[in-house]
Parts: sequence; C-alpha cells; structure tokens
Amino acid sequence: MLARIRSAAIHGIEAYPVDVEVDVGRGLPSFAIVGLPDPAVQEAKERVRAAIRNAGYDIPPRRITVNLAPADIRKAGPAFDLPMAIGVLTAAAQVRLRGLPETMLVGELSLDGTLRPITGTLPVALAARAAGMRALVVPDRNGPEASLVPGLAVHAARTLAEVLGHLDGTALLPVLPPAPPAAAGEGEDDVDFNEVRGHAAARRALEIAAAGGHNVLLLGPPGTGKTMLARRVPTILPPLERSEAMVVRQIYSVAGLLPAGAPAGRVRPFRSPHHTTSAAAMTGGGIPPRPGEVTLAHHGVLFMDELPEFRRDVLEALRQPMEDRVVTVARVASTVRFPASFMLLAAMNPCPCGHHGDPARDCLCTPPQVRRYRARLSGPLLDRIDLHVGVPRLSGDDIALAGGAESSCVMRGRVREARGRQTARFGTPGTTNALLSARQLRRLCRLDESGPAFLRTATDRLALSARAHDRVLRVARTIADLEGDVTVTAAHVAEAIQYRVLDRPAAGSLDTL
Amino acid sequence: MAGSRDDIRAVASDDAAYPAALRTIADPPPVLYVRGTVRPGDVRAVAVVGTRRASAYGAQAARYLAGGLARNGVTVVSGLARGIDAVAHDAALLAGGRTLAVLGCGVDVTYPPEHRRLAERIVASGALLAEVPPGTPPLRFQFPRRNRLISGLCAGVVVVEGREDSGALITACAALEQGRDVFAVPGPIFDPRTAAPHGLLRDGAAPVTCAEDILDALGWPVTDPAVPDVGPPLNGEEEQVFAHLELTPQTTDEIVLRSRLRAAAVARSLVVLECRGLVTVLPGPRYVRRFAGGPVGKAQARHWSSSSRPPKPAR
Repeated sequence: MLARIRSAAIHGIEAYPVDVEVDVGRGLPSFAIVGLPDPAVQEAKERVRAAIRNAGYDIPPRRITVNLAPADIRKAGPAFDLPMAIGVLTAAAQVRLRGLPETMLVGELSLDGTLRPITGTLPVALAARAAGMRALVVPDRNGPEASLVPGLAVHAARTLAEVLGHLDGTALLPVLPPAPPAAAGEGEDDVDFNEVRGHAAARRALEIAAAGGHNVLLLGPPGTGKTMLARRVPTILPPLERSEAMVVRQIYSVAGLLPAGAPAGRVRPFRSPHHTTSAAAMTGGGIPPRPGEVTLAHHGVLFMDELPEFRRDVLEALRQPMEDRVVTVARVASTVRFPASFMLLAAMNPCPCGHHGDPARDCLCTPPQVRRYRARLSGPLLDRIDLHVGVPRLSGDDIALAGGAESSCVMRGRVREARGRQTARFGTPGTTNALLSARQLRRLCRLDESGPAFLRTATDRLALSARAHDRVLRVARTIADLEGDVTVTAAHVAEAIQYRVLDRPAAGSLDTL
Repeated sequence: MAGSRDDIRAVASDDAAYPAALRTIADPPPVLYVRGTVRPGDVRAVAVVGTRRASAYGAQAARYLAGGLARNGVTVVSGLARGIDAVAHDAALLAGGRTLAVLGCGVDVTYPPEHRRLAERIVASGALLAEVPPGTPPLRFQFPRRNRLISGLCAGVVVVEGREDSGALITACAALEQGRDVFAVPGPIFDPRTAAPHGLLRDGAAPVTCAEDILDALGWPVTDPAVPDVGPPLNGEEEQVFAHLELTPQTTDEIVLRSRLRAAAVARSLVVLECRGLVTVLPGPRYVRRFAGGPVGKAQARHWSSSSRPPKPAR
C-alpha cells in the first residue's frame, strides 16, 4: 500500500515542498530511502524504526521504500523523520489518519519517539502556506517560530504518539495562537550611547553612518573605545520594518539560532565574527549551504574588529556581498543565494603595535611594518567604506570634561528623520544613500553654487585621492539629509571630507610622518 | 629602479650650475649628480636633520620649523631618510617652498623605498643631489660622507632629535668645521632622543623655538606674515575653532570639548581651516595651528628668544 505525506526541505533561506512517498510491499524485509538523501536522511530509517517500536507499534517485516519527491534535489537533515514514520504506519495500514493531504509534517525523531526541534521551521511554515496547506505539525520547541506565519493552523507535538493521536482524531492538538508581530519597542537594548563619554567626533560619524547606511572604519589605538562605540550602533538604527523582521527571522531559523540566538523583536542584528573566522563561515557554505555571518547580519550590522587581522580571502570574499547585497554560494550540487545587505562596521589599530599617532605612547613599528599592515586592506575593499574615523585616546581630563552624552533614543530620532527623507527621495523604504549608484549620485547629490569650487580646492589642497571624491559626495548627501537640507552645500562637503582619514596622506599617515 | 635616466645631470665643480656654497668647503665633490633643479636662490638654505625614529614631538617640531623656513623663502635641505628628514622635506613642499635632498646613494635609487613619491615631489620643487654616480646602491659608509654635503649646502644646520651617536651629530660637526651655524631644538630631558640636541646646546649651539629664531641668527629677513592672507574672512565657527587650536596637537574631541561647539561644526571648520592652510593635520588625527598664533603669541616668542639666546658658538 502507498502513503503520501507532505513535508518540506530547506534551500537557502527558503523551503520547498517535498512529498514523502512510502510504499510497503511484498519482498524481503528491507528499508530503502531514495530521492537523493544525504547521510542524515539515510540514517532516518534507524530512528524511524526505533521510534515506531517505542511508540507501541510494529514495523512490518516487509519491503519498505521511501521516496522523497522531487527526486533530483539533494535532501538534507533529520526533518523527514516524522513524515517517514507516519508514512510507514499509514502504508502498513496500522493507523487510519485523516487530513493528511492538507497537513504538512516536519520533525526529527529520537529513538523513544519524542520529537526533537529542527532548523528552518519558519521557512517551512511559509512554504506550507504557499503550497495551500491548512495545517502544519511541528516539534513543540519549534511551535512559537511556526506560529509567526498567519493563516496556517500550527500544531506543536511532543511525541510521535501525540501526532498520531491528533491525526486519527482521538486527541486533537490545539492550534497555536498566531504570534503577534514584534512591536517596534520590543527587545530594548541593554547598551546605550549615553554610556560613552567623549568621542563626540566618532559619535557624529556613526550617526551619519546609521542615517545613510554607510560602511565605517574606526581607526585608533587599542582600548580607546572602538568596540564600545560599535556595539551601540544598532541602538541608533531605526527598528526593522515588519517585512525585514520576517526575513531576519527566516535567516536565523535556517541557521538554527531561533529563538535564543536571534535579535529580539525588531532590533537589527549585530554580528561580530572573530578575526579567525573562515571565508565559508563568513559568506555561508557547507552542504547544504547554510547562511554565513554576512547573511546573519542582513538588515543589520556586521562588526569586524581588528580588520587587518582577518584572513585575506575572508576580506576579499566580503567584496561581492558588499557590492551586490546578496552572497552567492556556488557548490557542485546547487547554487544558493543568501541575502546579505549589511552595514559594515570595522575597527583597526593604526599599526601593528597600535600606537601610531598616539602622543602618549611611542609607536614601535617601522614605517614598512605600518605600510604592510595597512596594505592588508585592499583598495577595492577600502573603496566600499564611506567613512574612516579616527578614535583617539582620551585623556583623563577630557573624560572628566565630557558631560552627559546624548542617549541612543535622541540620536535614533534624527537617524529616523534622515532615513525618512531618503525614503521620500527614492520612493522605496529601506533604500539609503549608501546604495546610490554612480549615476544616481551625480543626479541626487547636486551641490549648490559654493560646493563645486570648495570640493575642487579641497581635493587639491588636501591631496584627496580620486576614489575619495564619490564617497565624499555620498556622505555629504547624508549629512544634508540629517540637517534637513535639500541641496548639498560646501559645509556638508567639508564635514564629509573629515571622515576620509585614510585618503589623506598626512592625517592617515600612510607615510612616515 | 636603478639605471640611467634622462633627467640626471652631472655637474662639475667649475660648472655654473654647481651650488656655490659647496665650493667653500674643504673637500667639495668634483662632480655632483642632480635630479631636479638647483637655483641660485638655494644659497639661502638651512638643513633640518635628526633621528629616523622620531617622536611625535620631534616630527611636529621638524614640520613646524621646516614649514616656517620654507614660507620665508629658505630652501630646506635634508637627507631623505625616514623620520625627521622626511617630515622636513614634506613640510617644505606643503608650504610651497623649495627643498633639496642629499642622498647617500645614486639619485636614481630611492632609499628608503617608501619615499619614492616624496622623492618625485622633491624633484618637482627642488632637487635630489648625490656625489656618488647614479645606480650606486645605498651602502652604510656613504651616508656619513654625505652628511658633510648637507651642512655644506647650508648656512645653518638645525638638529631636531637624535641619540648620543646620531648621524645628525656628524652633520653638526661638519657644519662647525665648515663655519656654518648650528641650532638645536630642546626637548623633554627624559627622552634619549634629545641627547644629541641637548649636547649641542651644552656646547654652545643656539636653541630654536621657531623659524624666526633661525632667520634672526642668520640675519635673514622675516617675510612671512604671522597669519597669511587666506582669502575671505572666516565665519564664526571657523574663527572659534581656530582660536582653540594650539601648537600642541589636539584631537577633534578635545577641540569639541574646549570650544563647546557641535562635533559637526568642528569637523567642517577643521577641513576649511586646513584648506586655507591654517591648520596642519598630524597622525591620529590630531590638529595643530600652522602658525605660532596671533600677533600676541608671536611677539612673546620673539621677546624670549632674543633676550635669552646664548652667544653664538665659537668657531
């Protein structure tokens, strides 16, 4: 006899429906799984066998064949355990179940028949709704995640027996109430910008970066507060849009980081991978490909402390997602595209010993050492970073002088207004000045009459590099948005130039000075 | 990079283009290889020399003095080494002045290699000079001999920083033998890099606190105004930021704290002031004013330097 159970598999951050077909027929007793199963799926037969027996049923001593359709895509993971067990029991006519055609089942079985949580429940729920399913049965730990999708009856089960009881109508599982969409204020951060004393220049630069979605490089000696500042950037970003929040949850669901590892509510993600992270962990990889750090930082902040210490291939691998806002992971079996629209926040010491330009401590590095250290960041990578900001050491006097600082809430208010102006200009929410193409830039960053002359003088006098030019305009546009000005003026340009430390021979001190 | 180049000229000592000052020293090189141009005006030259491993203070002093000299039409001479030498050349160039670099290797060999761009800039507004033929690699023993040419080209030598055994002392000794003035920049007494200048001060060299000290001692006119004409007047914010700048390097944050202006206002004012040539950016970034200050600050500096200057060293 044949049974067909609806289930789903993950591809990228999305799920597609899979039919688990089970045939129990005549022949030597065996259990075969076909349809490109990976080892975890292959091993399902042992878990299914034990779980069925421990749930109080018998495995029929017959020839059992399981097919995962469509058969040409590689299936991975243990989420097919539950549909296989249900399929075997149905096909062997041990149970009589109702509603199977409109119910999707996913879940990993343990040998005693309890259901264990799986990764990617949220995309599965979305796929279930898209495939016209009425109900979805998931392991109980995945219940809250699945109930984020409205318009689908989600049932959370603890054991195989509970699933069987629900499907044969003897003990119905309740429908989980749909989870309310995350409120804007939910999950307030435990850090705030008002805890940072001094650093007025860096705070201003980070506010500009947040307003325009610009990438930032913080440059300063160790222990001056670069990390402290970076940690607080998510607190001044506007909360995620609903649709953005859903995509972020989907990513974290696939990565198996829900609920504990994901940002709460509509707070933007903040990822800070260690500098030993491999390129695959950064961009995503593995079989099947799982999202990497750039994807986990989607719609949020990717913080890379000690930027030059990252491996060269990791740094170069960042270039494509920074340009395209998606990362393509190509493997022999399949090509997966993960979203990767993040704001890069990087921090670095000015030299290997960290004290270049610090009057309090002598730098012990030779000029070639400093040069080599900086050369680890390739031009094309630096090209994608709009603001370079010096974070100097503060003296004790200055820390005492620095009064009460502004809170994240106040800064976020200004950022939100600036973003509102960008949305009005571009017509699409979420588009920021950082994403302007060269042509848009020329059209939208019109300088008023004082601007072009000033920019020319500054380029000559300050020996700004050519690549700095477009970046300066882009940042000047955001500064004008923050100030509420329609046209970009010389004053905006002047301030933007201040945030190009590395393009300035003297200030960036790429030479011996 | 070694090899023959079209822009190198060999100048013999009887050539009109041969720097006149060098004819007065005991052992002038018979032939000088020149990349760039040496002009008759380059007789008004002062050498700024010091350690290759400069402190932030030393680098700033070299920048301040070399810049001041260059703005007063003095050619700044040094050795294109790392540290003080490079800062001196760079400051002179940024001030729009002339600078000569005397090399210990061939004029077509750039040593240290990271100064290639600096060397090109010097060729455009001055010259690279060497007594060794083009293609000669940088060898240790050539550098001390080169130092006598640095002092020989100049009316005075300023030693900014150096340890007890610094090569700058070789230059200073050569200067004394050649009858040139020797100046030394005082520094913090606990830093071993002040041993050379302080030793020279003890032996009678003139202390230097500003470019005017050197010009006065050499009897050259001070032509550069304290604060040059920089076009349209500064606006209120710029004026305020400029007023809070000192000769001690300050970060943007420090200026924000002292001026009570917004960070944005300080940031844009600093860029404008830099474009106007009123402020110098140091690594960090830290900011110093380019000039000793308004009329008051300058008058004070002059007063102190003229009343406390020791007698010139006996020669």
